Order: sequence, then C-alpha cells, then structure tokens
Amino acid sequence: MQIEAVRPSKFGFHRFAAPPEFYRLAGRLIPWFASAAAALAAFGLYLGFFVAPTDFQQGEVYRIIFIHVPASWMAMFIYAVMAFWAGFGIAFNTRMSSMWACAMAPTGALMAFLALWTGALWGRPTWGAYWVWDARMTSTLILLFLYIGFIALHGAIEDPRRADRAAGVLAVVGVVNLPIIYFSVQWWNTLHQGASISPMRAPTMAATMLETMFVMLFAFWSYAIAASLARVRAILLEREKRSTWVQAVTT
Amino acid sequence: MIRTLLAVARRDLLLAVRQRGDVANVLLFFVIVVTMVPLGVGPDKETLRAIAPGVVWVAALLSAILSLGRMFALDYADGTLEQILLSSQPLSLAVLGKIAAHWLVTGAPITALSFLLAAMFDMAAAPSATLAASLLLGTPSLSLIGAIGAALTLGLRGAGVLVTLLVLPLYVPVLVFGAGAVDASAGGLSPASHLMLLGGLSLAAAALAPWAIAAALRISVE
Repeated sequence: MQIEAVRPSKFGFHRFAAPPEFYRLAGRLIPWFASAAAALAAFGLYLGFFVAPTDFQQGEVYRIIFIHVPASWMAMFIYAVMAFWAGFGIAFNTRMSSMWACAMAPTGALMAFLALWTGALWGRPTWGAYWVWDARMTSTLILLFLYIGFIALHGAIEDPRRADRAAGVLAVVGVVNLPIIYFSVQWWNTLHQGASISPMRAPTMAATMLETMFVMLFAFWSYAIAASLARVRAILLEREKRSTWVQAVTT
Repeated sequence: MIRTLLAVARRDLLLAVRQRGDVANVLLFFVIVVTMVPLGVGPDKETLRAIAPGVVWVAALLSAILSLGRMFALDYADGTLEQILLSSQPLSLAVLGKIAAHWLVTGAPITALSFLLAAMFDMAAAPSATLAASLLLGTPSLSLIGAIGAALTLGLRGAGVLVTLLVLPLYVPVLVFGAGAVDASAGGLSPASHLMLLGGLSLAAAALAPWAIAAALRISVE
C-alpha cells in the first residue's frame, strides 16, 4: 500500500497541529476573543440589570440566571469538547489536541463551580436553602468532580504524554458516563422527593430575558476560548521549552 | 480465547486464596464501616431501617475501591502484567478474567454478607432479599468501572486516594439504582425496573470497560 505524503496546504487547518503555528495563531486570536468576551459581558450585564423586566414571581433575584445559566451550559459543553479533543489526541496521537483538552479543563471546572455557586445564591432567597438535592445541581456537582478528577490525574503523572493519554481515557469514559449519571440522578431525585421544585423553568420567558441570556452565553463562550488559548500557550512553552522555536519566541 | 480468561481468573483466585488476609481485610472493612453508622446516627430502628440501603451500598462502593489496588499493582510490580501485555492473546480478555476474579473475592462475599447487615439494621425479608439481589447485579459494575481507575493510576504516587477521586463519581448510577431498588422494595413497590437497570449497567460495563482498561494499561505500562 502506498502512503501519500501529506502536502502542507496553505489553507489546511492541520498545519495548526504544529506547536509553533498554533502558538502564533493562539497569540493572534486571544485579543479578539478576550475583547469580544469583555464587550459582550458588559452589554449582557447592562441588558440583564437595566433592560430586562423584573420577574413577576421571583422579583429581582432571578437576574442571577444571566450568569448562572450560561455557566452551567458552558460547564457541560466544555466537558464534551474536552473529551472530544482528548479522544482525538489518543486516536490520532496528536500532541496538540491533548494539550488543548488539558487547557480547557480548568475553565470547565470554573464554569461548573460558578454554576453551583450562583445556583446556591439564587436558591437561598427563592427556595429558602443554599443547597437542595435537586437533580441538576447534583449532576453539576458530579460534573465538577469529573473535571477535578481529570485535572488531578493529569497532575499526578509526570510524563506529559502519558498524562495526556491517561487523562484522555478518563475524559472519554466520563463522557460516556455523563448521560447515565444525569439520568440516574434525575430518577433518584423524583423517587426521593416526590414533587420537586423545578428550577427556574418559568413557563414562558420574556424575549429580552432570552436575548440577554444568549448575549451572556456568547460572552462566556468567548471568555472560555480566550482563557483556554492563553493556557494552551503556557502549556506549549512549558512542554517545548527545549525546542528552538520556544527559544526564539522567549528571547 | 475463553481459556485465556479462565487461566487469568484462576491464577488471580489462587493468589487470593494464598493471601487470604488481603481479601478478609476488605470484607472486614465493609462490615466495620456499616457498623460505625448506627454508632454515629443513633440506635433508632426507624431511622436505621430508612438509611440501611444507602449505608450498605456506600460501604460496598468504598470496599470495592479499597480492593482495587490489588487488581493490577502486584502484577505490575513483579512483571506479570508486562507478560500479559506482551502475550498474543487479546488483552481485554485477560482483563476480564482479572475482573471476574476480583468480583469473586469482593462483590460475591459482600453480597453474601449483606443478609447479616440487613438483619442488624432490622430490615424486613423482602428488602433484604432485594438488597442482596441489587448487590449481586451491581457489584460487577463496581469491579469493572473501578478497574479503569486502577489501570489509569497504576504505579503513581498516592494512587489510592486518586483512584477514589476518579472512580466514585462514575459509581453514581450504580449507587442510585442499587439503593433505589431496596427503597422501592421497602416501600412496597416492585424493584424490578431498578434491578434491570443495574443488570443493564453491569452488562454495558462488561462490554465496554475492558477496552478502556486495556488502553489504560498500555498507557500505564509502556
């Protein structure tokens, strides 16, 4: 069987699999995503605090959902993306994708933590308790544990390539398990609590609220990309510190 | 192929029989953890009966995790694992054999012991039978999923604590359906759906986990 040499194409994305290329690309993209995150967050918070109407049931307290909901969406979404790139890294033995997965984990954990914290702050005035064993909250907490497990396993292995692949297996196992965990926790909740309080799912949501939520979602999205890119640049410099391109960049 | 599985399982069982202490310690741990709970919660029969399924199941999870260290670490230390990796037989089958042996020395005796503990927690006959059935169907998943964690943390410093951190969140469904089955039975409902889900989880884990374990072992040993 003849194997065709991979021709470097000017427009092919795979050239960014090379660390120096990706380092440069990331450096160029970070300011854009960071400023988009700042601008969208400022706009979204303005909409959230001043434009969106007061909720007729919950009053002003509900406004925390503009942070809470995007954070919990991102927490789940980032885990899926992270597991995808981690699995990609194992399957095709591409260093860059494993590093990218590794760079995403702390941001994902932060999002899960933010979702839980804002949920607790919202729960106190609304449900009368900081924490209830609601299905969503419990499964978000477990998601946070999965993130921490990924980071801890990666940190415990000294050889970075072994760490990448071991943590990658864990991420893939986690992503297979996540729907089962979510389903089981929901089942558990309905069995134990009877009529549970449905979290913040107002029957209809004002259009401005929905728009604000999406603006904030994009702000979080841009932030997550900018933060992960910044982190992957640091990882690249650390891992490739002996290579000539890093020496060229840092001196 | 089945011969590989049986040979590995037989060898691990033989080792377990020769080192009875290790196996007994895990079971002792299981009983002691369960015994501690009434001392903390108080001897009220109603309360104990209500929390018994959860307590026994959590103790089963912890005992399974505690015994995971044995699964690959000894073979890794004396080079047997490398031989298994190098052999021409599929690694996932050998892994399945090791897991079967692990279950026979942890999950199976835990299931047997559950009757005793159910009596200590004043559980009625039907829920105790359900508890045993749920453990019988659920503990294989504990060995299977736990083995992934054991393979990933092989040879690491502080592997014992790390494996707990990695594996416990993955045990959530087993715990939910296991304790849920007993709760349903105690409440006069049929535990069938819970038990079926538990069995399904174990079957799915038996089908999928060996691949992940084999991949993890190759990463850890290379």
